[in-house]
Amino acid sequence: MSIAVAVTIGPADITTVEVWRSVSARLGFGDSPLSPLREGIVWNLRMPRTLLAAVCGAGLALCGAVMQSLLRNPLADPFVLGVSSGASTGAVAVIVLGWGGGVVSLSAGAFAGAVLSFGMVVLLAHSLGASMDRVVLSGVAAMQLFAALTSFIVLTSADAETTRGVLFWLLGSLSGAGWADVVLCAAVLAGVLAVCLAHTTTLDAFAFGEEAAANLGVRVARARLLLLTATALLTAALVSSAGAIGFVGLVLPHAVRALTGSAHARLLPVTVLSGAVFLVWVDTVARTALDPQEIPVGVVTSLIGVPAFIAVLYRARRKT
Amino acid sequence: MNDSDPAVVDRCTSIGEESPAKEITPEASAECALHAERVSRLIGGRLVLDGVTVAPRPGETVGLLGPNGSGKSTLLRLLAGVLAPSAGVVTLDGRPLGRTARRAAARRIAAVEQNAHTQTELTVRDVVALGRIPHRRAWTPMSTADLGAVTAALERTGLTGMADRSWHTLSGGERQRAQIARALAQEPSELLLDEPTNHLDIQYQLDLMELVAGLPVTTVIAMHDLNLAAMYCDRLLVLRDGRAVAEGTPSEVLTPSLIEEVYGVRAEVASGPGGPVIRFLRSPAGREGQEAG
Repeated sequence: MSIAVAVTIGPADITTVEVWRSVSARLGFGDSPLSPLREGIVWNLRMPRTLLAAVCGAGLALCGAVMQSLLRNPLADPFVLGVSSGASTGAVAVIVLGWGGGVVSLSAGAFAGAVLSFGMVVLLAHSLGASMDRVVLSGVAAMQLFAALTSFIVLTSADAETTRGVLFWLLGSLSGAGWADVVLCAAVLAGVLAVCLAHTTTLDAFAFGEEAAANLGVRVARARLLLLTATALLTAALVSSAGAIGFVGLVLPHAVRALTGSAHARLLPVTVLSGAVFLVWVDTVARTALDPQEIPVGVVTSLIGVPAFIAVLYRARRKT
Repeated sequence: MNDSDPAVVDRCTSIGEESPAKEITPEASAECALHAERVSRLIGGRLVLDGVTVAPRPGETVGLLGPNGSGKSTLLRLLAGVLAPSAGVVTLDGRPLGRTARRAAARRIAAVEQNAHTQTELTVRDVVALGRIPHRRAWTPMSTADLGAVTAALERTGLTGMADRSWHTLSGGERQRAQIARALAQEPSELLLDEPTNHLDIQYQLDLMELVAGLPVTTVIAMHDLNLAAMYCDRLLVLRDGRAVAEGTPSEVLTPSLIEEVYGVRAEVASGPGGPVIRFLRSPAGREGQEAG
């Protein structure tokens, strides 16, 4: 519903009804009321972008919720494992240094960087004893390292125009969304969501720590590796399509927790839905508020999200 | 891994109220339930447990005594199966615990750690419901059996009235009770408790021990208070520097010489109706100091 309405908002005037009829025309019911040009705006620009916003919002919020529970750290977010900074370095290496000789796309570079960085975190955490604290610390170390690498590459090799493009991407942007991104991210999201929903009680079991989880019959090392890898993979896919969109993964799960309670069987589906709706609307604001100029969506998530989050926290506090 | 080998389960059952009454034959009881055989454990290159054997009989309450660092907690973690022994073996129904599936083990053995801590916002009922995790399947909500076990555990521990309170608003004693209720919701045959009376007011200590001693499960409980141990435990195992130095009933174990040997303090032991009563004595040096002052 939000998706349909958001698609209609934009410089070219298209109504919700027209969007629905266009969609049903594609599905083989009746004729589309739109001219080919307006069809093009809906199908090639707004639709993939809005869908990618929904998928990114859902995915980032899901990763945040899972990581916070698994790492027992309310400050954990999808980027805490160094995935986003690794992705940035990979993307910047492609954009600025031209690695891959034009064959490797920005997304592929970002994905490779993300996987490399996550691999480093896992190895480091494993050799340090693999407790959750070590995972977080290793992630922070990787984040710093790859952020430094990114800055180094940009400062030494990029011209002003490229720097601006890189910055836009680092702050998160859905402006380049295409159907390939949507399909890839949606597929990864579906897979990871299935894994997480199959492990809701496992995630519940971590409330009192790893040993308590083991006492409740959880195979801690296996569960940790599976869930961390799944969320890292999803983050890598999202970041390589849309850049590092902050805030959604860190804060949205807390807001949802205040409303649904901590049981993951309820928390995860609601988090996914609200993440999707949230980012669709935020992106709509981002691309229309200062029309024709576009604001990076990551900037808007924080500008809108922080006051909303504070409001939710206050309301939750009054309840108890 | 199959936790319900019928031959073993049939011969070996705790004297639980809910479980159907079954005869426990003497020869079967040797391989019954939980048994640690000459277990040792190295932690950071130090031998914290050295060849300790413990085999609680079904339904009894075994107290683990010993000074801090004597290996009580480590022994409990080995018995729970969350830590593997460096040498020796822990068996559940005759099968090594390390080769028993974690979930299956958690349906038999419940452990209450020291200082349970969470940042998650949970109600008492949520905490108790965690105990159903080893019984639940993926993709399914709590069954009526799950809900029944949670209700029964809340009832048993006297927490029914505060089931909807937030965990973070509970006192230390209430938290301990909630954790014990969570352990009971696991419907275990073996219950492991690590110093559950620590930091509690005396009234709550007695309440809690009364509750634990009345539970229809085999209990191994690490304790500091010798008098509480004497009052509520059927048998005691005393550890010092990772070694078992005494084992038996409270009146066999708690002698002045053993207390002096293990804890380095002098004590008088009187035999009361509910077991031995220990009175600690001031050290001569301390008394002289006071007289001089």
